[in-house]
Amino acid sequence: MAHAPKEQQPGVVGWLDYRLPIFGTLKGALVDYPVPKNLNYFWNFGSIAGVCLVIQILTGILLAMHYNPSVAGAFNSVEHIMRNVNYGWLLRYMHAVGASMFFIVVYIHMFRGLYYGSYKAPREVLWWLGVLILVLMMATAFMGYVLPWGQMSFWGATVITNLFSAFPLVGDPIVTWLWGGFAVDNPTLNRFFVLHYLLPFLIVGVVFLHLIALHAHGSNNPLGIDAKAPKDKIPFHPYYTVKDFFGFGLFFLVFAAFIFFAPNYLGHPDNYIEANPLVTPAHIVPEWYFLPFYAILRAFVFDIPFWALAALPFAYAGYLAQKINKAREFTLENLFGAMQWGRAKEAAGRVQSLLASLGAGGFLVLLGLIGFVIEAKLAGVLAMFGAIVVLLFLPWLDTSPVRSASFRPLYRWFFWLFALNAVALGFLGSMPAEGIYVVFALICTGIYFAFFLVVMPLLSRYEKPLQLPESISAAVLAH
Amino acid sequence: MSHDSSSPDSERRDFIILTAQAMGALGAAAVIWPFVNSMNPSADVLALSSTEVDISPIAPGQEIKVMWRGKPVFIRHRTPEDIAAAEAVSLTELRDPQTDAERVKKGKEQWLVMVGVCTHLGCIPLGNLAGDYRGWFCPCHGSHYDTAGRIRKGPAPTNLVVPPFEFLSDTKVKIG
Repeated sequence: MAHAPKEQQPGVVGWLDYRLPIFGTLKGALVDYPVPKNLNYFWNFGSIAGVCLVIQILTGILLAMHYNPSVAGAFNSVEHIMRNVNYGWLLRYMHAVGASMFFIVVYIHMFRGLYYGSYKAPREVLWWLGVLILVLMMATAFMGYVLPWGQMSFWGATVITNLFSAFPLVGDPIVTWLWGGFAVDNPTLNRFFVLHYLLPFLIVGVVFLHLIALHAHGSNNPLGIDAKAPKDKIPFHPYYTVKDFFGFGLFFLVFAAFIFFAPNYLGHPDNYIEANPLVTPAHIVPEWYFLPFYAILRAFVFDIPFWALAALPFAYAGYLAQKINKAREFTLENLFGAMQWGRAKEAAGRVQSLLASLGAGGFLVLLGLIGFVIEAKLAGVLAMFGAIVVLLFLPWLDTSPVRSASFRPLYRWFFWLFALNAVALGFLGSMPAEGIYVVFALICTGIYFAFFLVVMPLLSRYEKPLQLPESISAAVLAH
Repeated sequence: MSHDSSSPDSERRDFIILTAQAMGALGAAAVIWPFVNSMNPSADVLALSSTEVDISPIAPGQEIKVMWRGKPVFIRHRTPEDIAAAEAVSLTELRDPQTDAERVKKGKEQWLVMVGVCTHLGCIPLGNLAGDYRGWFCPCHGSHYDTAGRIRKGPAPTNLVVPPFEFLSDTKVKIG
């Protein structure tokens, strides 16, 4: 990234840049940086997410100057901000609405990546860093929601920290450690405040890594093909600066509409009641951006016997058996080929793996038969965390060489099914956990995981992609 | 980006860029002001900006300290000797020339009300006839104030500040 110029340029900027190559680096990243010339408006959301992060940090620092992180003072200090602090209402509403805006922007950014295959080689690490940012955002948002110390704050904190109690043996000590006591109380609030202040700066650090990884190979584009010639790209400034600014303008309109006309629309009235450790609200739900994951958490109302888990090693064994079968045909044809020994060794390794996975599957069946189960509580927690962890494996679950869904006739439909399913999960997460809602939550959870674990690998293998254009320029000029 | 100033479009483009930049600057200023202003005293702090004190228990020669806006205020019940000493000083001797009458309310010359913060660097001067002029003495850097709270010696630039105050009655004073 930062390379000092070989010779000192004239002027103060040149003098400084020779010693600290800051201007040259900024110019390289924000002015000269070549970008595919066919990006659509979905590529605006990365820079908008950056704006959201800056807004959250600025308003957050100013709010922290008036906030009192103690059980006795937290709730009142938030009301103090609303009533007494100059423009305190504006800062708080910007921060609260800003959190929601940040999530919607990041979710659209991620769906963009999912549709156009932006996670595929050579951008796997870029995608990972994005998932890491999402996880840090979720932790930050969760702890931030605890700070006003309303009823939703308190019971949200209680429920989410209790997730960790699902793990056998270590669960309860972990929860006590998280709380710093035997319930969510003053030590919990205090550490949540400290971490809520700390994590955004870690996010800033990961964002920089995200940008370094982005600039290594440049932005993906709606065609999903690599830029081949210089004419496939245009400089970031003025073409994408002006487009990004236009996007900021539209974003600020939506943002302002919420701040000034519906600041509490995305929140819950119960959080304007001070935390009471003796009474749980009748219907507690997290903020909207956690609802799909909340639905997954609640989908498991039954214990899972261990033998059901054996499906995974058995499926892997089947996959290996198929590979071994293919490899044998190959070696028979080229019996004296130079590669034969290498392939034979590989095949022997595959046979070992096959036996090992069959053994593991059999062991799980046995454990299941003598009554070992994953309790419903743990299953829900694992599924919820798994729903995010699975994203990390995306580049290897989807092995189709075609990135953009525009050229994947089947994947496109499954993508929209997945998006619809995510919205459905969000709706189910907001409903009470009873009756038909639980059944649908389980079905939608199944679809969520099937999309990644079944549909993606199978489509990669059997889908026939459309003809890709020759180059970005050729496709653009054809319009 | 070629910038051809002779092209008929360039004037239009300059206009668009300038208006866009002006709007951007206006927007930024409109956001920055609430951010900056949020650090100014809040409504509850401003609501505490006056305080009422009952001065009936203070005997001549006695002095009390009260809190006003987070700072001490000295209220001294001066003796006739104190007043005479203050009035006797010629203005030419003073660094920050002020007559005694300018620092008290007419008819209530015995009551001296001052913010008890040294005008040098903010320490609280010692009272009870301390210092060379039988007024106040700041131990931090050695400023001496006389019986009217005027600077006489040492590094402080100005007299102790007299806050806005009024007598609500003979025994009640409102500061601020």
